[in-house]
Amino acid sequence: MLRYTLKRLVSLAISLAIASLLIFAVIEVAPGDPASFMLGINAQEDTLAALRAELGLDQPKWQRYLSWVGGMLQGDFGTSYQYRTPVTQMIADRLWVSLPLALYALTLSTIIAFPAGIYAASRRGKAGDVGVMGATQVGIAIPNFWFAMMLVLIFAINLRWFSAGGFAGWDKGGWAAMKSLTLPAIALALPQAAILARVMRSSLLDVLDEDFMRTARAKGLSRGAALRRHGLRNAMIPVLTILGLQFSFLLAGGIIIEQVFYLPGLGRLIFQSISARDLIVVESVTMLLVFAVIMVNFLVDLAYAAVDPRLRART
Amino acid sequence: MNRALILGGALSALMVIAALLSFVWTPFDHGAMNIPDKLQTPNSTHWFGTDHFGRDMFSMIMVGARTSIAVACVAVGIGIGLGVPLGLWAAARQGGWVDEVIMRGNDMIFAFPSLVIAILITAVFGAGAINAIIAIGIFNIPVFARVTRGGALPLWAREFILAARVAGKGAARISVEHILPNIANLLIVQATIQFSLGILAEAALSYVGLGAQPPTPSWGRMLADAQTLVSIAPHMALGPGMAIILTVLGLNLLGDGLRDALDPKLRVARV
Repeated sequence: MLRYTLKRLVSLAISLAIASLLIFAVIEVAPGDPASFMLGINAQEDTLAALRAELGLDQPKWQRYLSWVGGMLQGDFGTSYQYRTPVTQMIADRLWVSLPLALYALTLSTIIAFPAGIYAASRRGKAGDVGVMGATQVGIAIPNFWFAMMLVLIFAINLRWFSAGGFAGWDKGGWAAMKSLTLPAIALALPQAAILARVMRSSLLDVLDEDFMRTARAKGLSRGAALRRHGLRNAMIPVLTILGLQFSFLLAGGIIIEQVFYLPGLGRLIFQSISARDLIVVESVTMLLVFAVIMVNFLVDLAYAAVDPRLRART
Repeated sequence: MNRALILGGALSALMVIAALLSFVWTPFDHGAMNIPDKLQTPNSTHWFGTDHFGRDMFSMIMVGARTSIAVACVAVGIGIGLGVPLGLWAAARQGGWVDEVIMRGNDMIFAFPSLVIAILITAVFGAGAINAIIAIGIFNIPVFARVTRGGALPLWAREFILAARVAGKGAARISVEHILPNIANLLIVQATIQFSLGILAEAALSYVGLGAQPPTPSWGRMLADAQTLVSIAPHMALGPGMAIILTVLGLNLLGDGLRDALDPKLRVARV
């Protein structure tokens, strides 16, 4: 296990290094000089030069890259060109929206998908199975931002149960904040739940064919008891992998949904910074999201290997 | 008979026909503004109603199908064009450093949050259909490389490949002449799935204003217009939304149906 962990750690470090280089390179070739953007078209040449020096834009590229990466390793994401505030603080504020939203959506998706998948597997080939699978096909095909609009139309505009957008803030109490995250979380969760239910079902069906399931039934366990005690545990391994992947997807996928609901999360931060040419913010938020995704994948791999020794041997 | 194949094929064909037909005929000129007729709900003249400029929604959806299909098509093309050769090469050099480099590179791209990178690419290099295609296409490459390698590896152990080697054929020639035709099924099914994902991705990028630019109609863009007016004109969101859902649903069913039809062994084990 130690050998495997070390090996995965090395490839994690390489992935992060390449990712940071790529993101830096993409941002470097972006048209538009932040300094002239901030000062407007009438700025004097010496004022521009002074601002470039202040922002560190006059340094060689490799030096800027190293100081960016070095800063991030110490938790310093640089200073926003636009607001002159530490990017770390901006990100931390926004994470209080994006992270709870992703967790909320993941919880909802699990609550919907597990029973649906288990039910479908237990009714294999019958009307119930066909119904659930048909519903998941439709669920996968629905774009989450369109579903979000429909939720707003029904639950915010017509029924007035929720507000159509915006975020109440955590200082108004957890209930108000959770309430403003509810529609976004449902919109994010539904298509994910459809995928998760399908994985749950097929994983369970694979296990149901195993010899040990027949043995469990033969020793006198009822269908339900055999499913609970032996089936579910074994079926959970692939399901947990997908669950890990979905968390990182939800964190990154929230970008679009935050636009629909005007939520002050990481997604809106990215879009606002792109239009303001606040490249250091775009760069750092993108890197943070990539880091989160790669990190979650890494942890899932480790957890997977810890549960299933066969995987350690293979790589 | 395979119901998924028929339903999926019919829905997909419907969209392709709508897109092709839009080149020669649409009920109205999709770009023509007609303010007095704005925000009409669906009726016998305007089947899907009109938008806030009085443009005919049905015509716009027909023309929007062109954008969606074109973007998804080229993005899948990029994935196949680069991913399949890489996968074939990796399989031919199984276990060697070429295989290792290609597969690790694939893992890297897989680890990236595709939507974030697509937004970054389109935001930096300019919003537009071409950059959207590239951003979506890049993430198709590792998918096809992996499917190709996975399908090719067991074939390399088969006797007919050994026979080809004995006959003096090189690895490249064997890959093209013997491996490729035998994994075509897999690739067709995967292409259908990536096509539907491409349509969803294009819609999402256009929705946030980073895909096809006006006046080119696109389904995502129409939904973005509909959002501000959803309280007074919900029909504006309904038409494009249904177009996306039915197309993606059709393609997914088509993929499932094709998989069943092409390989009966997989019939029980599908997700």
